[in-house]
Formats: sequence, structure tokens, C-alpha cells
Amino acid sequence: MAWQKAAALSELSEGGVIGVHVGATPIALYQLDGVVYATHGICTHAMAILADGFVEDGKIECPLHQALFDIKSGKALSGPATEDLRTFAVKIDGDDVLIDLDVAAASEVTAAPAAPNAGTPASDTARPRGASNGGAASEMQDPAMSAPLSITKHYAWPAEGLSRIPDWVYTDQTIYEREVDKIFHGPTWNFVALECELPKSGDFVRSNVGPTPVVVSRANDGSIHVFENRCAHRAAEFCRELSGNVSEFVCPYHQWSYDLKGNLAGVPFCRGVAGKGGMPADFETAEHGPRRLKVASHRGVVFASYSDQVEPFADYLGPEVLREFEATFDGRPLKLLGHYRHTLPGNWKLYHENLRDPYHATLLHTFLVTFGLLVAGNKSLMLMDPKGRHGVMASAKSDGKSVTADAKKEMRAYKENMTLADPRMMTFFPEFDSPWSVTMSTIWPNLIIQREMNTLGIRHIVPNGPHEFIMKWTMFGFAGDDEEMTRHRLRQGNLMGPAGFLGIEDNEAIKFVQDGMQRVPDKEHLVMLDPAVAAGSSESLISEAAIRAMYQHWRAEMGL
Amino acid sequence: MVATMPRAATTEDARAAKLEAMLLHHEIETFNTRYAAALDEQRLDDWIGMFTDDALYVVVSRENFDRGLPAGLIYCENKAMIRDRAFALKETTMFAPRYLRHLIGNLAVLGEDQRGSIKATANYVLMQVLFDRPDAKLHQVGVYRDLFRREGGELKLAERRCVYDSLLIDNAMCLPV
Repeated sequence: MAWQKAAALSELSEGGVIGVHVGATPIALYQLDGVVYATHGICTHAMAILADGFVEDGKIECPLHQALFDIKSGKALSGPATEDLRTFAVKIDGDDVLIDLDVAAASEVTAAPAAPNAGTPASDTARPRGASNGGAASEMQDPAMSAPLSITKHYAWPAEGLSRIPDWVYTDQTIYEREVDKIFHGPTWNFVALECELPKSGDFVRSNVGPTPVVVSRANDGSIHVFENRCAHRAAEFCRELSGNVSEFVCPYHQWSYDLKGNLAGVPFCRGVAGKGGMPADFETAEHGPRRLKVASHRGVVFASYSDQVEPFADYLGPEVLREFEATFDGRPLKLLGHYRHTLPGNWKLYHENLRDPYHATLLHTFLVTFGLLVAGNKSLMLMDPKGRHGVMASAKSDGKSVTADAKKEMRAYKENMTLADPRMMTFFPEFDSPWSVTMSTIWPNLIIQREMNTLGIRHIVPNGPHEFIMKWTMFGFAGDDEEMTRHRLRQGNLMGPAGFLGIEDNEAIKFVQDGMQRVPDKEHLVMLDPAVAAGSSESLISEAAIRAMYQHWRAEMGL
Repeated sequence: MVATMPRAATTEDARAAKLEAMLLHHEIETFNTRYAAALDEQRLDDWIGMFTDDALYVVVSRENFDRGLPAGLIYCENKAMIRDRAFALKETTMFAPRYLRHLIGNLAVLGEDQRGSIKATANYVLMQVLFDRPDAKLHQVGVYRDLFRREGGELKLAERRCVYDSLLIDNAMCLPV
């Protein structure tokens, strides 16, 4: 490698630190007594960004657990970090700060290569565990040094690449916190509600963006607003009802009130009583309100984003996924049929994977196979958007008679001669402009759109730490449905949800996966099926290419 | 004319009516005990037999019920669909083995409608034990809103709406309530 530009000199200030990326590598740049130094940007202890830390006496203190490193040598000075920080050579060219990722700081300053920095293992064999791990925290200790027990975490992807997924992706608290920051609070569109839940002004729904509680409300001018459910005063989660209709929101603790757009409207005793007490004279309500999110609504489905940089919603989905979205939300007004909610003791991404894993459908779901909804050999497609964010698992119903003897042998689930006493549940009334009778769309990061024949539902992922998430289901039909059609959607609803013939199985399988990782930890998953497609859309059901595509994107979002 | 009715007869009638009510109350309580036992022992065929052919059996959240929203966890419009559910759970659906324990109480018999069906409600508590956990966890708490009908002298459920308070289901509700 060679010198690469890391920053402009003018971005640095004496005694300060900034975080930059050189390629995929996070770097912290410091200026001490007019000299610029560079270290790896991530603490060797846990996934913390050093540029958020504090510079003092030539040392950087990690913001998360207060590990201390010497900026010039990278040496770990006090716990909890035990491994030194990598340093990089720096050169100034005009206003450009250049660094060389392959050369440590000391070896540039002192021309004599034989004298490595104290505390920096000179061993050339020390190398990251995986390849292409720009964000991997550090290098391994030389075992010959018999270092004390290292509690350093390595976020290194397995060398085999995307065909393996390491357990820490699903079990690590630091990774989870980074997901909230980079994904749910990043440049993504998050589902929050259906417009049919908020038909009138003053209607509201208590919702979430990632784990963060938000209120979705319809203002008097008909516009929809999304803001954090956290009082600007003392942080109380002020909206407690699941849904309802109000003229304003009032925090019960000190009666601070918010209008339907989430603006702070009133502060009791703001000017005190009898000239005494109250807020400072320069207190402005306009400067104090809950965080308001950007809102997009498409065909009656409402999304919110923490980011001002997020693409327009249609671009975010991309043309192919948007087409499937609009096949389900085809312009007919929606009719709310109800909710159900459940916890699921597994990592939230396992649910996305479940619906990008057409392989499992033919094997786990005996019910589907038996009644011809989905069998290996059915017409099907696992579509991914080009970025790997969103997916659509699609299939066309058959009668089950087309299953070959060979295919039946492979599917232990296949049972002959099973019939339903009331077969109406499996009837499909074509009502969509689509070749598919079933589509399951996963819209990154928190939405699944279920179009299982005629039973329609939203599944809204609310993560709750690495090991659990809440799933909120919103079942719907269309305003023009007659009573029989509504009943049909409800009947078919027996397939899905936490008591559904298929829903039970997916929830249980995902729980088993998390159980396995927690009880036999620190290993990796195999996602090798269908190597002909490295990552992306596949016409085969016996494929994990969609899961690989999802992790390609996830790693880019996470800087891992 | 109440005024001319002999006092003794009134007492007698009231007593008879009270006994009748107690018998009915006891009969429904016994029914609910049998119902709980069939599910606790996972005898789903016996469970099917406790419904009339046209029975409605739904499990719906209190959130939906109070708002008049129909979507439920389970939605069976007749005994055939109840049979299909039992069949699917026994033959096709994969879930971890578990024990369930139903406690049914606070029975209230609310009277008869014009067609002779008996309206009743009872609270239920459903505990679930997974084999690798020490605790019996409260899996669901709710109320049965029932309509009973006699078939050949025997009480059957013509309608059981299980309206549950515990809105957040713990992962999955694998067996009926």
C-alpha cells in the first residue's frame, strides 16, 4: 500500500481527535504539539470509536470503558484494554494528511527498523483472524508472549467469506448497539404504522424505530408525524396507550404538553409563580422538543427515518422490490383487522434470514408441503434488491400432485393422503396483479410484508438486545372486502402468527438457533448453498445466496 | 298476582330455581375441568369432541376484542376447522415438547338466550413448562366468553372466544387454550 489521504490538516485542532475512514479502515487522527499522529480508530477492548474519546497528556481515553492508550506508540496503558493499538505512519503534504496503512508510526519516525515500539509485538506472524476486516479491532497476541487472559473481542469475519457467519453477529451486545446506531438510526426507512390505523386527525399509534419508542400521529392538517416518545423535560415515555385519539400529548409527570406534530407546546409555571421560580427568561419551547423523524408514506404504509440523508422511499426499495410492494398495496384503501404481538428469543436478523431462506420452507413446514403451497419444484423466486437490503420470497401455488417421487423422498416432511376437513383455508382467490400466490417481502431493516395467498399482514420487528425481539403484527384487508372475504382472510390467518401452523415452526426454529449459539458459543454458521450465485437473487429454492447478499450489505453498513 | 301467592310456594320456587342454577353452574364447572384436563394431557381428539358441529372457537387479544377488531391467533368457524387444527398440531407442526396447565375459575353463568344457549364466562390462567427451564411460566391469562348448547342432554361449546390479556405472547402458542 501507499500513502493515502486521510483528512485535511485544517480539520484537526491542537489536542483534538477526529475519526476518519481510509478505505474501510477506521482511523483516529490526533494533533499533539503540532504533530499529527494516527492510530486504528477502534478500541482493542470493545467496539468503541476512539474519536469519541478524550485526549489528555498524549493519551487517548476510550469513551466506552475508559481504556487508555499512548497516542504516539499505541501502547495500552491501563485496562480494560490489554492489546496495543495499531499506529500508522503519517505524512503532511500541503493541507493533506496522508497515512500509510501498512507502516506503523514508529518505523517512520525512527529510521532504524530494528527497534519496534515497546509493547508492540514485532512478530510478523501476528495477523487478523479473517480477511477483509476493516473494522476488526486488533491483531492477535503472539502466543509466545504468554500474555495474561485477554478479554479483547475480535470482530473478524471468517476467512472463508460470506459462506460463514460468525456467532458474534447474533450474540454480541456491542454489535447490537452499533446496529441500533448505524442501521435503525441510520439512513434507513423504518416501518412505523399503516395509515388506516390513523384515519382521523388526533389519531395516534405507539410504535418503535428499532428499539426506540416513537409516537405516530396525524395532525389537524392531515399530515403524519413521528417523534420520540420521550419527554424533553425528564425523559418520561409519556404516551402509554397502544393507540387512541387525543388533541395533544401531555406528559403525566409535570404536564409538559406536545402538539400533534411533536412540538413542545406548554411548560407549566414556565414563568414561575408570583415572579419567583420558573424557567430561565431565555427558555424557548421551540428549542426543546422530542426528536422528530423524517416521514414517508407510500400506498398507506408509513415509514420514518432518523437520517436526513436517506434516499427517497421509492429509490430505497429499488424498482423490483417496489413492484412487489405495489402488487400488494395496489391502491385499494386498507382495512385494519387487528394486531398480535409476541416476543421471540432470537436475534432480530434471524427473522430476515428465515424469509431469505427458501430452503427451510420445503423442509420445516410440512403443512405447506402437504397442501401444495410450496414444494421443491414449484415455480418460485428469491428476489433481492441489488444492494442486498430487501428481499422477496415468491412462489406460485400448485396442487401437490406435481411432486415427483424423488422430491418426496428428500422431503421427510411430505405426508401422503392428508386432507383438511375444511379445505377452504387453502383456497386462493387471485386478487393481485402478480404471477405469485405467495410473496414474503423483507424490507430492511424492520418490516416484513406477508401476502400469503389472501391473508395479509405486516410484521414489525422491534429489537430488544441481541438475544430477543418483539414482533408486532398488523393484519389487514381492503375496504371493499365483503364479509365473506374478511372471513376468508381470517381463516387463512391460521397459517401465520405465533399460533399459526407455519408461524409456530419459524418462531421455534429461530429460538433453537439462538439457544444453540448461547449454549455452544463462539462458532460460526454455514450458508454455502447455491455457490453458483455468490450473493443475490436466485431462481432455486435450494439457495442461501439471499442471506449472503444480506450480510454483504450488513457488513458495509456496520463497517465490519 | 304476587299478592295472592302463598308464601311457602314462593320460597319453594325460589329454592328450586336456585338449585337449578347451582346444578347448571356445577355442570359447566365440571365441563371446564374436563376441558382443561383434555388440553393439559394433550388429548386433542377429546378436546374436539367438546364442541358442536357449528362451533366458533377463536383466540383473540383483549386489545382487538375491545376495539371490535376480528383478527385472532386462532380462528375456527366450525368443528371441521377445530379438527384440522388438532390434526395439524399432532401431525405436521414442529415445536419443542412442553407441558401446559390450565386453571379455570371465576365461572359466571349469565343466563340463556332465546335459542336456549347458555351464556357464561370464566377466567383462565395457562402455565407453560419447557423441559430445559426450571420455571412454570405464565403463558397466557384471559377470559373464556362462552355459549353452551345441549346436544343429547350433554353440554357442548357452541362458541368459545378466548380473550387474552397478556398481549405479548412468549414466542409461540403451540397448543390451544
